Amino acid sequence: MSTIKELWVFAEQRDGKLAGVVQELLSQGQILADKAGFTLAAVLPSANGAEFCQELYNFGAKKVYTIDDPKLENYQNDYYSRAVAQLINEKKPEIVLYGATTIGRSLAPTVAVMVDAGLTADCTELDFDVEGGNLLQTRPAFGGNIMATIICPDHRPQMSTVRSNVFKKMKISDHEEGEQINYPVDLSGVPERMRLLESVHEADTNSIDLNAAQFIVSGGRGVGTPENFKTIYDLAAELGAAVGASRATVDAGWISHHHQVGQTGKTVCPVIYIACGISGAIQHLAGMQSSDMIIAINKDPDAPIFDIADFGLIGDLHEVVPEFRKQIAAFKA
Amino acid sequence: MNIVVCIKQVPDSDKVTIDRETNRLNRAGVPSIINPFDENALEMALQLKDEHGGKVTVISMGPPQAVEALRTALSHGADEAILISDRKFGGADTWATSYTISLAIKKLEDVDLILFGKQAIDGDTAQVGPGVAHFLDIPMLTYAKGVEVTGDTFKINKVTEDGYEIWDIDKPAALTVVKEANQLRMPSLKKKMAAKKAEIPCWGFDELQPDEEKIGLAGSPTKVSKVFAPPVKLNKQTLSGEPSEMITELIHKLKEQNVL
Repeated sequence: MSTIKELWVFAEQRDGKLAGVVQELLSQGQILADKAGFTLAAVLPSANGAEFCQELYNFGAKKVYTIDDPKLENYQNDYYSRAVAQLINEKKPEIVLYGATTIGRSLAPTVAVMVDAGLTADCTELDFDVEGGNLLQTRPAFGGNIMATIICPDHRPQMSTVRSNVFKKMKISDHEEGEQINYPVDLSGVPERMRLLESVHEADTNSIDLNAAQFIVSGGRGVGTPENFKTIYDLAAELGAAVGASRATVDAGWISHHHQVGQTGKTVCPVIYIACGISGAIQHLAGMQSSDMIIAINKDPDAPIFDIADFGLIGDLHEVVPEFRKQIAAFKA
Repeated sequence: MNIVVCIKQVPDSDKVTIDRETNRLNRAGVPSIINPFDENALEMALQLKDEHGGKVTVISMGPPQAVEALRTALSHGADEAILISDRKFGGADTWATSYTISLAIKKLEDVDLILFGKQAIDGDTAQVGPGVAHFLDIPMLTYAKGVEVTGDTFKINKVTEDGYEIWDIDKPAALTVVKEANQLRMPSLKKKMAAKKAEIPCWGFDELQPDEEKIGLAGSPTKVSKVFAPPVKLNKQTLSGEPSEMITELIHKLKEQNVL
């Protein structure tokens, strides 16, 4: 009988596709599992898990626990939480990581209270303390102005949610080997208390998801008018970037709230965040300051956005942004 | 219809500034507000009451001064308020908080719907709504934008990453509510006056009779091990001058760093 402890990644699938964050969690999970001497495994509730296993092996999972049931085809909180909690109680993993997606942020807190586990939301750093056996879960608190490291010394598993793009994906190869373990869960006893009637995917004019974007170009009050957002869109199109916006521009009705970055909007962490005409209220910084690189364009040299920018360009965005687009186009050519 | 709205008092993040010397928050003099997302939960409850009648009860767990957030909620139109407060509840993480709030809701009769904001802006965990729903053994949906009463069930519009879903959920249900749902109505002068004088009961350890091992710091699986200032950017570079020259230099540096 194996006594090797396990680190699990919740393998979220939606509409027949694994969420991108799953690969990122496996890659970071691999680093932690190596350090701790644990086995990296994935837990996959779905209608038919076999089709996803190879991809999970390729990113480091040595085992995939598939929980197959027609009731698990789409996310339903009661069924998913019961299935995952039952597997956790049976196999007793040391650590379970979830993506901080709309699904992960329903499932993880529900499972946490079901199995008496601690849960730390939106970790930006995960490390393992070999001596104490604890997962060191670091997250920003208070809009990113303070960092806190959370541990969970007396409860197992230790559970965290992590947003997209926090960790890098590292595919090992296209033909890694692993073991699929079918785990049947009887869901017939779970009352059917909610039913999905309809699922609608909206074709957004800005088709690139902010949460998954590698590059983001954001506009603030300095953009001046709703029409001027075209400048922002043009640069974004040239870079293959998503378009973000500050709360002021959304409140003014210049752009839809889908684009809002900040504490009351989306939190993003792209490779490059380009803030155009954004002063940098704490509200906004909270949503983007963990970006790998921040470029700020603002004509006010005292704007707080420059405090956190890697590159601060002092100038009028209406001149600088079109120039940026032009030179990127030339660079690409 | 009886609706419970769970609210949290938080510091107003728009008024918080950072001390650039110490990289810490200047908390002094920062006003406390109702967590902005909880305002949307409150408005959803008030709209349901407008349409279907019933009662809206707001509850908040926190230090004694959280009663001010409850008074604000009353001034916007909530009917009753209950404060959950006890020194023994202090230091609770989301697990212990969920447990404690669920005990308070269990004391209320015939609750049809429990609403939460999608998350609180101080901790941003979004964990207490799902936690409470589990302790109450009721179905729960996150990120609700719209709700319709359809006989014994609710029809919910739930926001997803790339669109929305329509769900049918049994009563009683719990929802966490997104900002796009609505905007909180203005308080009325009359209700403001009444809210000032309202008797707000405080339920503590004696009223809720919790399992002592499940509350406060001791009942919290997570512990804060270290708090520190975020790393400061060391290689900040500022460019100014002609736009074309700035951009040429920027692109050169981005190439150097292999990000382009």
